[in-house]
Amino acid sequence: MEETILEVSRLTVTIPTDRGEILPVNDVSLRIPAGKIVGIVGESGCGKSMTARAVIGLIRPPGRVAGGSVRLGGRELTGLLPKERRRLMGSEISMVFQEPMSSLNPVMKVGRQVEEALLQHGVCSRKEARERVLEMFRAVEIPEPEVRYDSYPHQLSGGLRQRVMIAMAMVCRPRVLIADEPTTALDVTVEAQILRLLRELRDRGTGLLVISHNLGVIAQLCDWVYVMYAGRIVESASAEELFERPLHPYTRGLFRSVLSVGEGAETLETIPGVVPSLHHLPEGCSFSLRCSRCETRCEKEMPELRELAPGHAVRCRPAEREALHE
Amino acid sequence: MSDVLLEARRLSRDFPSGGGKTIHAVSEVSLQIREGETLGLVGESGCGKSTLGRLMIRALAPTSGEVLYRGRSLTAMPEKAFRPLRRRMQLVFQDPWASLDPRMTVRDLIAEPLETWRICGGKAETTKRVAELMRAVGLPEEFLYRYPHQFSGGQRQRIGIARAIAAEPEFIVCDEPVSALDVSVQNQILNLLKGLRAERKLTYLFISHNLSVVRYLSDRVCVMYLGNVCETGPAEEVYRHPRHPYTRFLLDAVPVPDPRRRGEEVPLLRGDPPSPAHPPEGCPFHTRCPWAEERCAREKPALRSDGEVRVACLKPLSGREDSARRTPDPSGAP
Repeated sequence: MEETILEVSRLTVTIPTDRGEILPVNDVSLRIPAGKIVGIVGESGCGKSMTARAVIGLIRPPGRVAGGSVRLGGRELTGLLPKERRRLMGSEISMVFQEPMSSLNPVMKVGRQVEEALLQHGVCSRKEARERVLEMFRAVEIPEPEVRYDSYPHQLSGGLRQRVMIAMAMVCRPRVLIADEPTTALDVTVEAQILRLLRELRDRGTGLLVISHNLGVIAQLCDWVYVMYAGRIVESASAEELFERPLHPYTRGLFRSVLSVGEGAETLETIPGVVPSLHHLPEGCSFSLRCSRCETRCEKEMPELRELAPGHAVRCRPAEREALHE
Repeated sequence: MSDVLLEARRLSRDFPSGGGKTIHAVSEVSLQIREGETLGLVGESGCGKSTLGRLMIRALAPTSGEVLYRGRSLTAMPEKAFRPLRRRMQLVFQDPWASLDPRMTVRDLIAEPLETWRICGGKAETTKRVAELMRAVGLPEEFLYRYPHQFSGGQRQRIGIARAIAAEPEFIVCDEPVSALDVSVQNQILNLLKGLRAERKLTYLFISHNLSVVRYLSDRVCVMYLGNVCETGPAEEVYRHPRHPYTRFLLDAVPVPDPRRRGEEVPLLRGDPPSPAHPPEGCPFHTRCPWAEERCAREKPALRSDGEVRVACLKPLSGREDSARRTPDPSGAP
């Protein structure tokens, strides 16, 4: 088995609200091997972005990591002092956000912003830094890197801004890159360019955690996929296995809902109802209210996440039984 | 063939931009929408598709050109003559969060168009009609006195659709109606729009950047780039045999939800679209087109017919070949 660089185990995030405490991330475990892309897929509010933020230590108070661990190459990340965390951010692990405009400083030239990342970690001298930034701009295929170096974020298109963000995240050569919906704000032709860039990073040995609601993006990028629903992982498998043989009724519903650009359809499949509020989760399985295979026991007890085939884990009792009878 | 309901003739719209610049959002677009059909309008952000949607229902005045409704010019019509027609043309917005007044109940939100157009006699009749409309869009009647914030995104979009059909329109511009929704909910709304179209004999202009969504609902599609129409024709034909190079790239770029097809190296477009403030001379796509020749930089191609498809390209792809062929790597572009 490949070397694991990032290991998350039993991670739980709580947020106190005036209607009681909610758990947007509930007992989540996952691992990212070097040179692989691991995806988390799910709909809005399922906890996928919150998981990413918890991994990198960016949960906004009063939310907090209430349990579990995040280990990066044997080093525990939860409970680090801000100063220690800053030292690791960028050099060991970094993150790319969905909206590049709101993550860049609007009054600073983009080249300098990327340079800042290098200088902060004392990776090299100011003189060398400019060269390193230009090299990184070339690596992420920013055209005319010398000109772009002196641009302000508002002078760049969405695709170029996202490239700058990726350049900034990668300039100190971190071992892990977390990308939260990296292409959601982009047009489809630009999205394809960014997907190729992320694959190239993987091929150079970076471990990637990609958060997306888009199954096309997940299928095109990921080696390994975790499906989240209402704060929990409900299924995980290699991408091939998951798309070939989804077992959880939610995963199946999600896959059936995907529209194809290749063929028309008469009526579209849907999942009845809506994602439940984290304030009003059913007592048992969170998906039980929308599930066509729900049984009495499902309504009462949360099923365990169980490995039903090598590397393929599912949190669903009826699916478990079905797999055993096959 | 059914009658032409709406027609754009050399429709253009400019917007002033900072520094005395002009954004050419829509440039000389001509198209027809036939009664009962759904025309899908696709293209990437900034291509002018939303502006065109608003121009078609006179929610926005053109800089030049005109829109005809059943052969009559909407553009030349005085406001008073247009008023009864406005009711026949409605708009469903993308953002179900921003498009509903948070202080109004669902009853009042849906009653608003009924009252504006004096469709019902009194208050009781209006409420009864609102309840009927709620049923038609799949909202439980007991939500009558709830406020928008108590609803999910999909339910809010249903409220927006109920408001649009309340005025008993013939034509609805759906501007990215499912882009803000999760996949599982997106399909519920698409099924609803399809059902209403059949029940109420509606004509749609369906605007989306999502090619799969457009394919599901549209009879014909129109692909836009930088304010211009590149290609228009029956949806099946355009998706199966794209003739305009931009249409090809757009279709090829959609990530396929199948990991087994991951290895396939799809040709990618380089760079970003040019700014609509400085559209290139000649063909608007020639700066990114790997097939561009010298004349493409000089000559702006007109839309030419090829069977039922019309394409604005001096050297269109034949459209008959299989889709996995003869794409040069765009890096080899001149």
